[in-house]
Amino acid sequence: MADKSVIKIKVENLKKSYGSLEVLKDISTEIYKGEVVCVIGPSGSGKSTFLRCLNRLENVTGGKVLIDDTDITSKQVNINHVRENIGMVFQHFNLFQNLNILDNLTLAPVQLKKCSKEEAVSRGKKMLEKVGLADKAASFPSQLSGGQKQRVAIARALCMQPDIMLFDEPTSALDPEMVGEVLQVMKELAGEGMTMVIVTHEMGFAREVADRVIFMDGGYIVEEGTPQEVLQNPKEERTIDFLNKVL
Amino acid sequence: MIRIITVYGGMLLIALGRTLLLALLGLFFACIIGMIFGIMGVLKNRACNIIAQIFVDVIRGVPMIVLAFFVYFGMPYFFNTIIGGFSVNLTALQAGTICLALNCGAYMAEIVRAGIQSVDKGQMEAARSLGLTYGMSMRKVVLPQAIRTMIPTFINQFIITLKDTSILSVIGFPELVNTAKNVQANTFMSFQTWAIVGVMYLIVITILSRSAKMMERRLNVGR
Repeated sequence: MADKSVIKIKVENLKKSYGSLEVLKDISTEIYKGEVVCVIGPSGSGKSTFLRCLNRLENVTGGKVLIDDTDITSKQVNINHVRENIGMVFQHFNLFQNLNILDNLTLAPVQLKKCSKEEAVSRGKKMLEKVGLADKAASFPSQLSGGQKQRVAIARALCMQPDIMLFDEPTSALDPEMVGEVLQVMKELAGEGMTMVIVTHEMGFAREVADRVIFMDGGYIVEEGTPQEVLQNPKEERTIDFLNKVL
Repeated sequence: MIRIITVYGGMLLIALGRTLLLALLGLFFACIIGMIFGIMGVLKNRACNIIAQIFVDVIRGVPMIVLAFFVYFGMPYFFNTIIGGFSVNLTALQAGTICLALNCGAYMAEIVRAGIQSVDKGQMEAARSLGLTYGMSMRKVVLPQAIRTMIPTFINQFIITLKDTSILSVIGFPELVNTAKNVQANTFMSFQTWAIVGVMYLIVITILSRSAKMMERRLNVGR
């Protein structure tokens, strides 16, 4: 559950443009420790870009992103160091094709000297067990199904023991019957008190798991609030419009 | 035919050895040059991109025979006479190696660049999102995948370079073609001489491409 006394992520007047195309126009929000925030909205609304600004996979054009009170948009910040604490899960899994599953999990902790090789391996195995894939340690990514790949991707991010997890449409590239297994893992993670920001089209999941739902359109946050407020009783015209189309 | 083989066979084999030596030396340095300029071509640094592109364009835009004359005759003349005060003298082997390394290196750079760019961008992003540096991500994730896709084109370039060594007969390096010219001049048996030389190249290159195929298959295990 969200701990409202600790602000984990603070976004101030965030702007992002590609050339003359303004994707994020003016975004401000705060995300608390342990909060699960689902970001919804039509495609092209800037939700993925917003998420990618939170770990500076996209360099911001204006405004600030503060993680634990550190402005990560500042050039003085060692962004690699910041990212060690922010796990990210991608739509297309992006497992390292050249490494087997266990090596996918241990690469970053070992390279970044977070722990010894042995520790990394034992933690990696534990994480695989957690996502129900202990028997796949020696497999290669190409041998797994989409749902399995995404669960490995979550386990890989968790191996760095982050305290924030970002999910960029984690179930959009999956066959329908595999969506459930990935959402289940995410639900467990939310239950453990992880701070999570999830860009998703899974309204059911958002309703059930999110502490807060953010609806974005045209580079702005149009509406935000509890799932009940935003999904059940939307106030804004555009939110109502969008929900009518997807529900 | 038999007489050429019995009398000149040893000489031709030694010449073939020199051809292989030259090719290997050239390829060795070409790999280094190719890696450096190939990676410069994909860095997010405008200056590096431009330098890499100019290098590739210049070398690709000049026939190798011109490059050979330029390196062998032109460079020493430049240092010793135009600038003065130097006494640079390149042996044919040195000049040949430089020449092959530059020429093959330029093509190699393009292969490396294309190979790296063929790896899905998500791989780099995922690596960076875990906190790995650009260099670590490149070394541990992107390059291993790029090299796999580069191998067939790499081997192809090896073969081209091996054949290109024959061009270096013009600067007097006693490789296979140059030696064969002497054999022909001594025996007047041009048909037999060049047939033997052709077969010698053919055998070496066939062995090379067969083993390349085998290597490719081995590397694809676990894919």
